[in-house]
Amino acid sequence: MHKEFLMGNEAIALGALAAGVNLVSGYPGTPSTEVLETIAKRNPGNVYVEWSINEKAGMEVAAGAAYTGARALVTMKQVGLNVASDPLMSLEYIGVKGGMVVLVADDPGPISSQTEQDTRTFGMFSKVPVFDPASVAEAYEMIQEAFDFSEKYGTPVFFRATTRVDHGYEAVEVKDPAEYYVNKPEGFVKDPSRWVIFPRLSVKNHALIEKRNAELKDVLSDYPRNQILKEVEPAGCRKGIATHGVNFMYTLDSLHGRNARVMRVATPFPFPEKLALEFLEGLDEVLCVEELDPVIERALTFICGKYGLKVKIRGKLTGDIPPSGENSMEIVGNALTQFLGETAGNGAQSDGGNVLPQPPALPVRPPVLCAGCPHRASFYAVKAAMRGKKTIYCGDIGCYTLGNAAPLDMCDTCLCMGAGIGIAQGVGHIEPDTKCFAFVGDSTFFASGITETINAFYNQADMTLVVLDNSTTAMTGHQPHPGTGRTVMGQIVEKVSIEKVLRAIGLKVVETVDPLDYTLSVETVKRVADEPGVKAIIFRSPCIAISKPKGHSHVDPDKCIACGKCIRELGCPALILGEDGKKAKIDTSMCTGCTLCEQLCPVKAISGGNKNDTAIPGEDLQKGGRHE
Amino acid sequence: MSKNIILCGVGGQGTILASRLIATAAMDRNIPIKTAETIGMAQRGGSVFSHLRLGEGTNSPLIGKGEVDLIIGFEPGETVRQLPFLKKGGAVVVSSRPVMPVSAMIGQSSYDADAMIEYLKAHVERLTIVDADKAAEELGSAKVLNVVLLGAALRSGELGLSEEDLENAVREKVPEKFLELNKKALSWSK
Repeated sequence: MHKEFLMGNEAIALGALAAGVNLVSGYPGTPSTEVLETIAKRNPGNVYVEWSINEKAGMEVAAGAAYTGARALVTMKQVGLNVASDPLMSLEYIGVKGGMVVLVADDPGPISSQTEQDTRTFGMFSKVPVFDPASVAEAYEMIQEAFDFSEKYGTPVFFRATTRVDHGYEAVEVKDPAEYYVNKPEGFVKDPSRWVIFPRLSVKNHALIEKRNAELKDVLSDYPRNQILKEVEPAGCRKGIATHGVNFMYTLDSLHGRNARVMRVATPFPFPEKLALEFLEGLDEVLCVEELDPVIERALTFICGKYGLKVKIRGKLTGDIPPSGENSMEIVGNALTQFLGETAGNGAQSDGGNVLPQPPALPVRPPVLCAGCPHRASFYAVKAAMRGKKTIYCGDIGCYTLGNAAPLDMCDTCLCMGAGIGIAQGVGHIEPDTKCFAFVGDSTFFASGITETINAFYNQADMTLVVLDNSTTAMTGHQPHPGTGRTVMGQIVEKVSIEKVLRAIGLKVVETVDPLDYTLSVETVKRVADEPGVKAIIFRSPCIAISKPKGHSHVDPDKCIACGKCIRELGCPALILGEDGKKAKIDTSMCTGCTLCEQLCPVKAISGGNKNDTAIPGEDLQKGGRHE
Repeated sequence: MSKNIILCGVGGQGTILASRLIATAAMDRNIPIKTAETIGMAQRGGSVFSHLRLGEGTNSPLIGKGEVDLIIGFEPGETVRQLPFLKKGGAVVVSSRPVMPVSAMIGQSSYDADAMIEYLKAHVERLTIVDADKAAEELGSAKVLNVVLLGAALRSGELGLSEEDLENAVREKVPEKFLELNKKALSWSK
């Protein structure tokens, strides 16, 4: 054993390695990405690791491994689970031989997601047991327990952490590689009555799953991480708090000596009913401190009904806890004060704070495209080419969603991975006079853009597909994908060509252009958008975070006429006002020398940049740009 | 010893490395430490923060309002944003250099950084303002602002670590060729 300062996701990864995981697959997505990256980095050499093309593929690859008796882990964020839900729903009916953990990172807030869905609820829906860790150190232990549990009961299990556990850091006591469990898969054993899903098998296994999950309620009541804290409970206590995940930690730190019976639920499904009955015994009221869905609140309300208990269950459904958003120390502290009364002692108050007068207007900082980002140039070219025309710009999931911000204003819709293509098609069928554009990144194109493109082509859509190819999965920290020619295990492999895929579908017009060449880009967009049917432009220029700048642009103050066009139209963070407050100036610490502003300046006052066509350095890619 | 610290700034300013240096120093001294950071979309020029909790007796990675001993602010406006977390008598170290948001540059919002510094002066007794432009000029690099601020934080007495602890952490985490620069940055505010 040794101690390491670990991010929650790193701890989960090392826990999986300690549990003898044989295969790990996944698709990147905040806040889950670092789990798979850490496995790849700390691979003792015998673990197969892949970034899959999407979560569905990842789920299927992991299931195949688990069919052989291997221990398998598949990682994704909560919206990725929607993509993977088709195989998972059926997999629960089939079951697994080796332990299989489905790691899903939920994102209360949401800080970096489209939805605030709760994988605990998905557990109930899919009948898959759920583990919900409360801290970094616990996550390390719990994922090992999850593998054992999965194997013992022959079911995939969810390991569901939230952002504050995934991206929290703590010093954790971890095993040395020599102490890792070694799992030797037996191999796949043919048995059509077990591995082939047919209605007859489904109905048989459905009954078995219901029976097993009912029994697991008792089994999990004895799981030590489902617990009732005795130390904070006085004699004759009539009030209880039921909580989970990192909210358990917020609760402990917010009690400040106030007394209550506290129950922590580590496995929200199947719900530890026997333990809950013990918890409810003698209580008048319970406050459920939860994030996302009121899972514990509903379970306790149900138990009270089932056993005729007169305990008032409070939480999100009664307005005592906010129905949405991420909880904080203040939210939990205030809810506890409402429920339990003021603190008796003079301990620090987490519901108070420094009482200050209203500050001056704080800076507004929505996230923006980086200085020099090639997406800015692509958006600007399309905007310039389509000026005066009726258009719709359907965006997608990735850095380029940030194209929605002023002054670009180039993202009219954004729904989910790959959806922009279908939406552009749908709008076009109803509004034939609108020029419909779908913007999709390279990784997103592979993940879920190809079937949509075939759909649009086959069904005679009229639209322009714009692939923003920056040769990486940028938003999540530069993971490889089929177009990069590398795998996460470091192999150099044959690239999948986006152009060839599009031509193979049947598209007649597929043009590739460097977006940093402004004039050529505008001409290309004008020409391609006028073609009939589905046509494509691939804007190809590497992400600035994975390519080194060759020079910076600078503004010649003698030539600058202070028209402000560069600042106003591009919204590049490196373009700022100079000392006089009128003329433009370039912050060289940010400028990448992309030259877009140079090409735009009406008086050619900006120079010195150097368009970046540097080959993408392979070795830096794993580090990514996310850790600054 | 227990200390609650917030580091705050704008994505890309190096708050995560600074937080990592403090954590490394604490680890080396066997001081329990927990942190929570902003990772993801906000790193693209958005407001970012790290919560650090040093010492025994805490469970939550997030700190409550009014519980922070020290705010290390990489940017004036972001420091004001975090001020409600500071406890009475807590210390603030702030870089004087504003980062203008794009929304303000294109006239969609306003940002008066001088007013932020004035506000801090009026409401924080234990305030250290670090002249970031001067530091960058004298050190020949703007990239070590994070370590300059750590040095100033050290001298506020609220970091709970010694200069030697931080020097060791810099040695562990910073590439050899930047070591001298970072050591100079650490002692710049002396």
